[in-house]
Amino acid sequence: MTGPRDFEIVGSLANLPASANGPRHLVWWGNIGFMVIEGAGFALAAAVYLYLMTQAPAWPPAGDSLPGLLWSGVFTAGLLLSQIPNLWVLRCARAKNLAGVRWGTLAMAVIALLLLVPRCFEFAHLGVPWYHDAYGSVIWMLLVLHTVHVVTDWGDTVVLAAWLFTHEVGDDQFADVEDNSNYWTFVVLCWLPVYVLIYWAPRSL
Amino acid sequence: MTPDRAHLERLDRIWRDPPGLWGFLTTVDHKRIAARYIVTALLLMFLAGMLALDMRWQLSVPENTRMTPQLFNESFSLHGSTMLFLVSVPIMEAMALWLVPLMLGARNMAFPRLGAFSFWLYFGGVLTLWIAHAIDVTPDLGWFEYPPLSGPAYSPGHRADIWAQMITFTEVAALAASVNVAATILKMRPPGMTLARMPVFLWAMLIASIMTILSMPAIMLVTSMLISDRLVSTQFFSVAAGGDNVLFQHLFWFFGHPEVYIIFVPATGFISSIIETFSRRPLFGHSALVLAILSIGALAFGLWVHHMFAVGLPRLGNDFYTAASMAIAVPAGLQIFCWTASIWAGPTTFPTPMLWVLGFLATFVIGGLSGVMTASAALDLQLTDTYFIVAHLHYVLVGGAMFPLFGAFCYWYPKATGRLMSERWGRLAFALIVGGFNLGFFPMHILGLMGMPRRVYTYPAGMGWETLNQVATAGSVIAVAGGMVFVANALWSYWRGKPSGADPWGGSTLEWASASPPPAWNIAFTPVVESLTPMWNDGRPLKAMDGLENDRREVLITSVTGGGPLYRQKSAAPSIWPLVAALAVSAMFIASIFTPWAIPAGALPIGAALTGWFWPNRPRAKIGPFEAKP
Amino acid sequence: MRRCLASLPVVLLGGCAGNQSPLAPASDQAFALHSLFVLMMVVCGGVYLLVIAGVVWSLLSARSRRGTNTVPASERGLGRGLYVAAAAIVIGLTVLIVGSFLADRALVAARSEAAMIVRVTGHQWWWRIEYRDPASGRWIETANELHLPVGRTARVELASADVIHSFWVPNVSGKIDMIPGRRNIVDLTPRRLGWFRGQCAEFCGTQHAHMAFDIKVDSQADFDAWLARQNAVVEAAVSNTSSRGAAVFQRVCGSCHSVRGTPAAGRAGPDLTHFADRRSIAAGTLPMSRGAIQGWLAQPQALKPGTSMPAVPLLPADADAVASYLETMR
Repeated sequence: MTGPRDFEIVGSLANLPASANGPRHLVWWGNIGFMVIEGAGFALAAAVYLYLMTQAPAWPPAGDSLPGLLWSGVFTAGLLLSQIPNLWVLRCARAKNLAGVRWGTLAMAVIALLLLVPRCFEFAHLGVPWYHDAYGSVIWMLLVLHTVHVVTDWGDTVVLAAWLFTHEVGDDQFADVEDNSNYWTFVVLCWLPVYVLIYWAPRSL
Repeated sequence: MTPDRAHLERLDRIWRDPPGLWGFLTTVDHKRIAARYIVTALLLMFLAGMLALDMRWQLSVPENTRMTPQLFNESFSLHGSTMLFLVSVPIMEAMALWLVPLMLGARNMAFPRLGAFSFWLYFGGVLTLWIAHAIDVTPDLGWFEYPPLSGPAYSPGHRADIWAQMITFTEVAALAASVNVAATILKMRPPGMTLARMPVFLWAMLIASIMTILSMPAIMLVTSMLISDRLVSTQFFSVAAGGDNVLFQHLFWFFGHPEVYIIFVPATGFISSIIETFSRRPLFGHSALVLAILSIGALAFGLWVHHMFAVGLPRLGNDFYTAASMAIAVPAGLQIFCWTASIWAGPTTFPTPMLWVLGFLATFVIGGLSGVMTASAALDLQLTDTYFIVAHLHYVLVGGAMFPLFGAFCYWYPKATGRLMSERWGRLAFALIVGGFNLGFFPMHILGLMGMPRRVYTYPAGMGWETLNQVATAGSVIAVAGGMVFVANALWSYWRGKPSGADPWGGSTLEWASASPPPAWNIAFTPVVESLTPMWNDGRPLKAMDGLENDRREVLITSVTGGGPLYRQKSAAPSIWPLVAALAVSAMFIASIFTPWAIPAGALPIGAALTGWFWPNRPRAKIGPFEAKP
Repeated sequence: MRRCLASLPVVLLGGCAGNQSPLAPASDQAFALHSLFVLMMVVCGGVYLLVIAGVVWSLLSARSRRGTNTVPASERGLGRGLYVAAAAIVIGLTVLIVGSFLADRALVAARSEAAMIVRVTGHQWWWRIEYRDPASGRWIETANELHLPVGRTARVELASADVIHSFWVPNVSGKIDMIPGRRNIVDLTPRRLGWFRGQCAEFCGTQHAHMAFDIKVDSQADFDAWLARQNAVVEAAVSNTSSRGAAVFQRVCGSCHSVRGTPAAGRAGPDLTHFADRRSIAAGTLPMSRGAIQGWLAQPQALKPGTSMPAVPLLPADADAVASYLETMR
């Protein structure tokens, strides 16, 4: 009956750093994992849209209004512009700039909240209710999915901002700010194909 | 060197769970969480097996009025949904959860609290389905409830919602578990374990996790679409409003086909580990096995239409899916060759785990070959939706996943408990289960070829189906009896089995380096790996590195390809937040069966729970507008 | 000669087969699938035997290596074996893929413009069957029993009125789903006379198990006579009992069932014109007989629980009269 195997110590890990950021960091990979999950979800939702579109004799179906361009344009422009402060926060996190990440994260929380305003108007101007037909259901589904995305990232950012101000900020927290910033970039990138599908595909056919 | 007592005591203090109920609720020890998953899944397997016996009894006599059609339809729906969503996938995840850190020489998973969360949420799904059954809201439309039958027009009430939402529970749990397993395997390997030196078992779990991540969103999306059609009148599946029922099938099977490989691929890991150890030589064809698993993982995403050959889709497409579905037999067949060659090449012995390997080879190959037959779009038109397909799916799932799982259970039981299971009772259980299964399910191929459709609660006299149905029932009873013997063996051995020591089989991989059962901290030092079979070094001490803190929970993070040490990562301590978050999510999922407002309302407690979970355990700020006043 | 050889497996396997089995093919389509099945059995059976032989050989070899004079295994030999195995698997699969492709093409080979058109619509849990009358262009309706002329292709258009069903007559054709909003087409070219049984093959609710139908393959002359009779209107009831039955029928049953030549024109349930000509009742649930008719009228829910037909309370004399009336409807 054997006991656990004996060891021959050939080196020490004690001098390794106690933190990392970017792809070296473990949590970065968890973040990527969730992005892949949600990206797959968006890709499939887009596939649902395209499937229904190719089956329909007309798109949007006869009698359905086109979705409004004004508020979606405002939202899209705002979202793209928000990348400027977002990428600035990312640089601050990499440079371990405490004031930068604190005020930058707070700013992103405010910006995300403000963006929800044109988003609400977008819903009001989709033109077709979700229960009217499959076209209405799928454009509402795409917009709801992306809105959930924005809202959860906003919630994340608010909590992040709160404890950045109230607690000591160490390497792990700077890494968290980086991950959060990357996630916002993902939210922005996901919106672009969804925007094209909801607002431009019906106009181009 | 043997680690000194002081070192081990410090490790114990840091890594052990709080005592009692609080420890039970807050543990993030991957071994305890995995044990819960396994016990729950085995219990559910028993319940699903009882449902199966009830159905088999019903079908033993033509025009049997013992079971009403409603009860029978509930039974096959509950049996299938339980086995596929609540047993097969979770138990494979649980084996990964239990073994991956041990095989990597690591102290815990990458995200310990996420592991706890995934169990509690899975358990929420179990309760949702089975409490629904207890109060007679059992889903009754099969394990893949196609609309329009599952839509609001033909299934009023909440049965279909329970089914759809149970899936949401289990899919979120599975996604969480998969991210955890993938991150652990990619980033927490021991120094020297390059990808080329990674055992086949870890490759299998990595691929299965990535497949889960890419396929589960499809079923989450489609069940949400179904619930929303039923709850808020979206029109995704209403033909009159531009929707399409076939869309449901595409989305469901886009998930559904990879799912069966998500169940099978971990089993290939079990088989590989067991054969290597008992053939006493490194596995033949390591690269071929890894490439085969990668190809299966990729190909599995291109086959889903073979579940829809009778739908009337364009012929050219069906031809493509026939070729692709047959093509997956190439990597699978090569795996069979490599395993058989490994057995051939060594002085292989056959204790119970190896018997299960033989049972797998004899049984799974039948399932694979009946799969090749159904892969033909033309022939499938005769075979699908009959007892032939019932036979096929059970042969591949039971032969291809359950038999390897039983072998794995016997193989790693000594590591988990410190005792050996009885060989004699193990051999008896093996004979009863494998013999009973084949006796029970082989006749179903013939029944399908005699025209018996599936999902029928009875059949007319005079079709000639009685005898084979009775044989199927007899075989199933024998198999279940074997299952009882297996469980009895496991229970008896827990208290009375022969003590096994750390490495009773002379295993090749790192989990055999730790004590049996492993302490909370798994292994005293971080092993350094120089080959695919690190434990086979003629009994010499294992090369290892020290230096991980033993006054706080810490794990080693290494690089993805080379396994080179990068940094030391804090590892989460026991926490109540995973349970709280799971309760909040469960409440939202269940309430959303009844009202869409549950989603915004449910977001608040979930947000609060997640805030608590991620709130950092750090001192208050010393500078800035919110600095702590001295 | 080739026809003889081809029919040998049919004869051998046909022992397992009955009138609802793909192993007793009775049409061009079913013959093509049967040949493919035989090819599959040969190839897959051979592969299985090879695998088992390989496993047994490896057990014996392992046992010999456990002795003292062990010869180490040749990795190179095994490596060559791996390539041979890969080649064998690819060749075997290619044979089966080609066979499948050819069988699939055979299924559509019979498409011709001169095909007779039949429309089958699935309902929970019965079949509406309509024949296109080429002369008048009208549809001749019946239910739960399909007649086909031997040697001629029938083009069956499949639809569903409610949920997904599947049309399956194993002796004659593989199954094709009937999906609401979609029209699927299957061509049947029967070659053998006789009665066959079909059954719904996609779970469609409570009584999926009792949604079957009878198929009769007739000579062309017999088929024409049958279709002409289906087209004819029901003769007026003669006896007192059956005319009383007719009156009760119109009052109670006419809202769901139709009988051409009478005011009964309900579409919710099967058409009952020429009901007594049929071989079974309630979509293959009961054999056609006086006792079965009376039982069905009295307690449909007991015989087919969940069926859409309600139990209608009738006075015993009325029930008797309706049964007599139904028996006259040839």
